[in-house]
Amino acid sequence: MAMSDGRGIILRTNARFMVPFILLWGLYVLTHGTSGPGGGFQAGVVLAAGIILYAVVFGLEESKRIFPIKVMLIIASIGVSIYAWVGIFSIIFGGKFLEYGKIPISHYPAESSKLGIEMVEIGIGLTVMAIMLSIFYDFVHRGD
Amino acid sequence: MIELIISRIVEHAPILLIVVGLVGAFTTPLIGMIKKGLCSYWASLVSLIQLIFSIYLFYQVIRVGKISYWLGGWQPPWGIEYVVDVLNGFVLVVVSIICFSVSIYGKKSFLKEVPGKEISLYTLYILISTGMLGIVITGDIFNLYVFLEIGSLAAYALVAIGDREALVASFNYMIMGTISACFVLLGIGYLYLMTGTLNMADLSRLLPALYDKPSVLIGISLLIVGFSIKTAVFPLHTWLPDAYTHSPSAISALLSGTFTKVGIYALIRLIFTIVGLDYFIEHSNIFVFLSWVASAGIIFGSVMAIAQDDLKRMLAYSSISQIGYIALGVSLANNFSLAGGILHIFGHSVMKSGLFMVAGAVIYTTGIRRISQLSGMSRVMPYTMAAFLIGALSMIGIPPTVGFFSKYFILLGAIEAGEWVFVAVILFSSLLTAAYFWKVFEKIYFGRNGITEVNEAPLSMLLPTIVLAILSLIGGFLAPKLIDIFNLWIEGVLGVSVW
Amino acid sequence: MVLEIILTKYNYFIYISLMALGFYGMIGKSNLIKKLIGMSVFQYSIFLFYISIADVEGGTAPILVKGEVVYVNPLPHVLILTAIVVAVSTLAVGLSLAVRIYREFGTLDENKILMGLKND
Repeated sequence: MAMSDGRGIILRTNARFMVPFILLWGLYVLTHGTSGPGGGFQAGVVLAAGIILYAVVFGLEESKRIFPIKVMLIIASIGVSIYAWVGIFSIIFGGKFLEYGKIPISHYPAESSKLGIEMVEIGIGLTVMAIMLSIFYDFVHRGD
Repeated sequence: MIELIISRIVEHAPILLIVVGLVGAFTTPLIGMIKKGLCSYWASLVSLIQLIFSIYLFYQVIRVGKISYWLGGWQPPWGIEYVVDVLNGFVLVVVSIICFSVSIYGKKSFLKEVPGKEISLYTLYILISTGMLGIVITGDIFNLYVFLEIGSLAAYALVAIGDREALVASFNYMIMGTISACFVLLGIGYLYLMTGTLNMADLSRLLPALYDKPSVLIGISLLIVGFSIKTAVFPLHTWLPDAYTHSPSAISALLSGTFTKVGIYALIRLIFTIVGLDYFIEHSNIFVFLSWVASAGIIFGSVMAIAQDDLKRMLAYSSISQIGYIALGVSLANNFSLAGGILHIFGHSVMKSGLFMVAGAVIYTTGIRRISQLSGMSRVMPYTMAAFLIGALSMIGIPPTVGFFSKYFILLGAIEAGEWVFVAVILFSSLLTAAYFWKVFEKIYFGRNGITEVNEAPLSMLLPTIVLAILSLIGGFLAPKLIDIFNLWIEGVLGVSVW
Repeated sequence: MVLEIILTKYNYFIYISLMALGFYGMIGKSNLIKKLIGMSVFQYSIFLFYISIADVEGGTAPILVKGEVVYVNPLPHVLILTAIVVAVSTLAVGLSLAVRIYREFGTLDENKILMGLKND
């Protein structure tokens, strides 16, 4: 795992350049799930891949310092809660579960439907990212 | 204001049943971070809420009839639909009763058997109960697959939490379970290919026109094999004995009581609602095959149970035999046998979970797993052993218990179908059941030089055990009433009343 | 005639052969990791089946554009997206079980593991 002893300078420079773009692309996929190809699952995996690349190149300790396992568990819980709460909000405003159109965040039902789906996608994306990372941490940790 | 909230909750009960579990499962790690000990109370609370919703739904179904809930407000053939009718309302109640009582029982049992794993354990526990309730409540066949996988993945992990052998048992369970899930997925694919719909009601409307197509035959066969593996119907049972023997006792109690029952529910739903009885009578009569296989399973399970010395393993083989009874009831497919089969879902759930709880309580107090070492247990743990006695008598089929009525109705079904071989199998297997339980009774009631220095199991373990034992007793008195209720459903699918 | 069937429905033949291959790997191999590889092949062959039944000749991606276009059926794609997530989770559970089995028994060979269990 440890590549931080100066040998992998090309790798490190490249990774330093690539990781932000991978994460940015992940965010793009996450927020365009409603109007184009993309969505929560794919975005979560792309985001997790960016962080895993970071962990592979800069070492596990470094990435665990920035993205600790505990925080990942909390993020996973928050992601599912976002999904559930969007559903519950639509019940509160008189719709069925996940009937986004009934949530009054916009004047047009179609618009609020889109925003609702986006919220759910963000929740799914966060959960998938967190779970993917914790699976990765789990395996790497056991290999030691 | 409060009235409004209550009316909203009541209106959305079918989905809240699932959402409570989903939120509950993923809140468990957060609660565990505050204090580990709170997780078990949280799991019990979530199970209790699910139990209340289930009972409400069942009550409502009996009162006003079928409940249908459209997710996202989308009309059924396009959107996902949750449907509660008499059959799955009843299974919902059975599953959530077991989930709730095991969650109370598990608190002490887990602490003793697998200490320090509360957080992941209870997260998975809520997930598996939610998965099972989801399988039962959904009216969309792909949604059923998703819930099946949620439940199964949680089940593999829960089995693996047990002792050293449990890892291997869990791996085999996972391989078998994945084969079954893939078959289910493939079967759904074939049915979707032919009909273009995933909604169960819509499928049952569209399938009759396509009965003679080979793709439908393939799809239905794959689904039946897939659900049979999950249910552990006889030749596909190989994962079951190891998984039940080596997993933590509370998990054995949960899985034996609920997961196989959910599988058989899916089988009943597939055969009688989605495909329809006509298909099997006119085009491919699998019932003959299924009933012979089921009776082979009844005999095989009982014989293997007699040969075991490990108490949990004996109960596991007994499960295979009892699942055979339900499968026989389903495959005879007449009014009596179907009523008996559905009643046996309830009966076997409460009996077998109760018996596994007793086995777990013995492990908790003494660490004993072998039947030969159980000498004189009735003197030190009288109440636990009384629960064992009631559960076992019900399993054998002694009159006032629920086991008697369910077997009686399956027997009536066999007689009505004129299948005298199966009548003989049912009666003979009752004898075998008596034989392997007698072996245990002999030790616990008449064994000499037993253990003396242990006490009764703690109250939180004793109470659920006794409640389940009493349920299997009361179930007998309620049996005519319950069959009246099933009659509403059976009349709908068979066109014949039970009475 | 036979050749024509093979050539026009080649994706179904691929799916069947992959499925058989995966099934063999799952039950025929004794190494646990090979079993898991077989399991993955088995699952992915089913995904191939779903994608095949969704296909429409000359269809494009189902994105809303102006004018009339032929597009493939998007529903099986969505179903398979869910099934892929399930497959990934199953693989994760399987691999972590394999890792723990290796740590307990010191081997990944099923026969040796069973021998080890018998000796206990």
